[in-house]
Amino acid sequence: MSDAGRVSETGRGSDPERTGQRMRVLVVDDDAALAEMLQIVLRQEGFEPIWVGQGDAALAAFREHQPDLVLLDVMLPGRDGVDVCRDIRAESGVPVVMLTARSDTIDVVAGLEAGADDYVAKPFKAKELVARIRTRLRRRPQAEDADVLQIGDLTISVEGHSVRRDGSEIALTPLEFDLLLALAKNPRRVFSREVLLEQVWGYRHAADTRLVNVHVQRLRSKVERDPERPEIVVTVRGIGYKAGG
Amino acid sequence: MATLAERVHPGWERLLRTPSRVWWSSLPLRVIASTLGASTVVMLLGGFLLMQQATDGILRAKQQAALAEAAVALDTAQRSLQAADLASSNVNEVLTRLAVEVVNRGASGGQYEVVVQGPVSDIQSPRVSATSVPEMLRSRVAEAEGTWVTPTEIGWTDGTPPVPGLAVGGSLVAPGTGRYAIYFLFPLTSEMETLQVVQRAVVTTGTLLVLALTAVAALVARQVVDPVREARLTAGRLASGHLDDRLRVRGSDDLAGLATSMNFMASELQKQIEQLEELSRVQQRFVSDVSHELRTPLTTVRMAAEVLHEAREDLEPLAARSAELLYHEVDRFEGLLGDLLEISRFDAGAAVLQTEETDVLELVEREVAAQRAFAERSGTPLTIIRPTRPCTAEVDPRRITRILRNLITNAIEHGEHRPIDIWVEGNEDAVAVAVRDHGIGFEAAQAKQVFHRFWRADPARARTVGGTGLGLAISLEDARLHSGWLNAWGRPGLGAQFRLTVPRVRGGVVRMSPLPAIPRDLTLPGLPPPGGPRAVGGAGVRAVQHQLTASAEEPR
Repeated sequence: MSDAGRVSETGRGSDPERTGQRMRVLVVDDDAALAEMLQIVLRQEGFEPIWVGQGDAALAAFREHQPDLVLLDVMLPGRDGVDVCRDIRAESGVPVVMLTARSDTIDVVAGLEAGADDYVAKPFKAKELVARIRTRLRRRPQAEDADVLQIGDLTISVEGHSVRRDGSEIALTPLEFDLLLALAKNPRRVFSREVLLEQVWGYRHAADTRLVNVHVQRLRSKVERDPERPEIVVTVRGIGYKAGG
Repeated sequence: MATLAERVHPGWERLLRTPSRVWWSSLPLRVIASTLGASTVVMLLGGFLLMQQATDGILRAKQQAALAEAAVALDTAQRSLQAADLASSNVNEVLTRLAVEVVNRGASGGQYEVVVQGPVSDIQSPRVSATSVPEMLRSRVAEAEGTWVTPTEIGWTDGTPPVPGLAVGGSLVAPGTGRYAIYFLFPLTSEMETLQVVQRAVVTTGTLLVLALTAVAALVARQVVDPVREARLTAGRLASGHLDDRLRVRGSDDLAGLATSMNFMASELQKQIEQLEELSRVQQRFVSDVSHELRTPLTTVRMAAEVLHEAREDLEPLAARSAELLYHEVDRFEGLLGDLLEISRFDAGAAVLQTEETDVLELVEREVAAQRAFAERSGTPLTIIRPTRPCTAEVDPRRITRILRNLITNAIEHGEHRPIDIWVEGNEDAVAVAVRDHGIGFEAAQAKQVFHRFWRADPARARTVGGTGLGLAISLEDARLHSGWLNAWGRPGLGAQFRLTVPRVRGGVVRMSPLPAIPRDLTLPGLPPPGGPRAVGGAGVRAVQHQLTASAEEPR
């Protein structure tokens, strides 16, 4: 990402400042009834929802309200949800959860490739959605022992939520950071996609492994010297991924 | 002709055994062979007639020439004889002289040999054998005066082989002494040579003509067959999906007509297929639009129902119950919508298989774990009978899990709370899962119907689980998408077994399922396995079944 420098700033900085305050969730959906229902549920769960009904108004609202998370419908008037996601990613690492009506089409992959952290397929249950939102907003309890981890030639500061190579920082979204951290904590372990889904995305049951594949690709494009020949996140054929080096 | 070689050469021995197959294998072959045969017969007949006429003509001419020659020689000899002074000399001497004269004349022309029947002995040309004159001619000449001609064979005294010839017989009348027979022998050597030349010419010309005709036939056959063959190939390409292929149309003959008709047919087909494809696309888009349009309000309804359901304790009893019903029915509605969309996706051919190397046993274990709570609620024990060999296969885990879920819920729903066994097994090229219940079962004739959409074994029977009625239909489609099988076995009172078999590799072929279609517990140890589903039945089976339910505990 070109504006990666700002990504980490926003993505990380916003969290601790808002402790004690209500988390803001930007709801981008053109269906008024669903949007209202979402706001009812979110308010009930202790969030502060902000609603935008137009795709082309989403970015302005995002800049104005600085939400902690974005719920984004794929089909939007004005501007497509996938494009909106890309716009947001260009300037922030804030978690984006897509709401899709067609879970089996390329929509999902397109959304994930545009930088969405997760997706929820309609019709979802309120509890399911809230669980997804909470997972994305939850800051992992810090590792008690190590504050600094080494993976390949990368140095990960758990406390500082930063990744450095040769002293210069690599900007990652919180999700990408979590993914890298999960691998780095157990450098010898091979993680199946299902295990990563559980550890990073919080899925208890087997879910869409495309989530893992797409985000591993995105992570590699940022941390690998040559994403074609990965050395940090290594594929173990038929099983999953492990930390390299 | 190259075609002939091409066609006959491979599998030449096998083809020889079935000549009719060779004969019907190629149109050019038939045309060429027919032409060859017919023209050979025509040439043989023509040659024969030609030779006969030529021989006749030549012989007749020779005969006339021989007769004329003989007449002149005879006349000369007769005159010499009359002029000779027979008184002063011996008849024999005169005849000898005459004969020598005639012989000389004949020899000078190289035309004939002479035999004179003298009073004492025959006088003849040198070398020629007197036996060359046929007896018949001799007797004819002896009987009456005149000139006769007959074909003969001229023998030689010096051992050269005899040649065919003509013998002309006449008689010399010596005044006072009597008649002396004189024979002229005309060898037909030059005529024979001429005839041989003619024969050779006829044979050569005939052979060349036959070959040329055959070549012409091959050419013509090729001209006819090539477009037909091209049409055949184009039709084949059209059939295999290259709808843009067309035949070249040249001229306005029958073949051009064929090409035009075929092209017309192809474009009509293409139009139809494109129309169908368009319909399918419209259908797919419709399905996906319906999906989107229905899902959004359904999400709202669902969330609203959840909010109401959460708050039901604060509501009036009637409102609270309504909230509960709404909550559960929204779930059911969602399931039905999902299944309908899934079925229409199969119908539109839009279902895509996403395979990965998967341990099928693991999928079974996971699904059984997921269903455990439901099974316990209905008091149904679930047992997995583990395979003897690894059961990994290239499958779409989502679809296989869905099949398993459908089969297991189905078994629990119809299992009458009796134990359910789930067998997993693999062989060389396939992996199978069989779900066996001991519930109400169904008639053997219904084994196909159970996969029909919205089919119910007993319409009066209430649904306890609230399945959509599409579960088995979708499962069957899922199995087919894997090029696998989904078989149902059932008997009233004996329960049912559903067996899923999928190939280990994507696109593989299942030849034999690792698990039997008939439940194993119906196969007695020590007894031969039942020959087929119909071999099982009758009163004895119930006892057997009880025995086996016990023995089936062992592997657990």
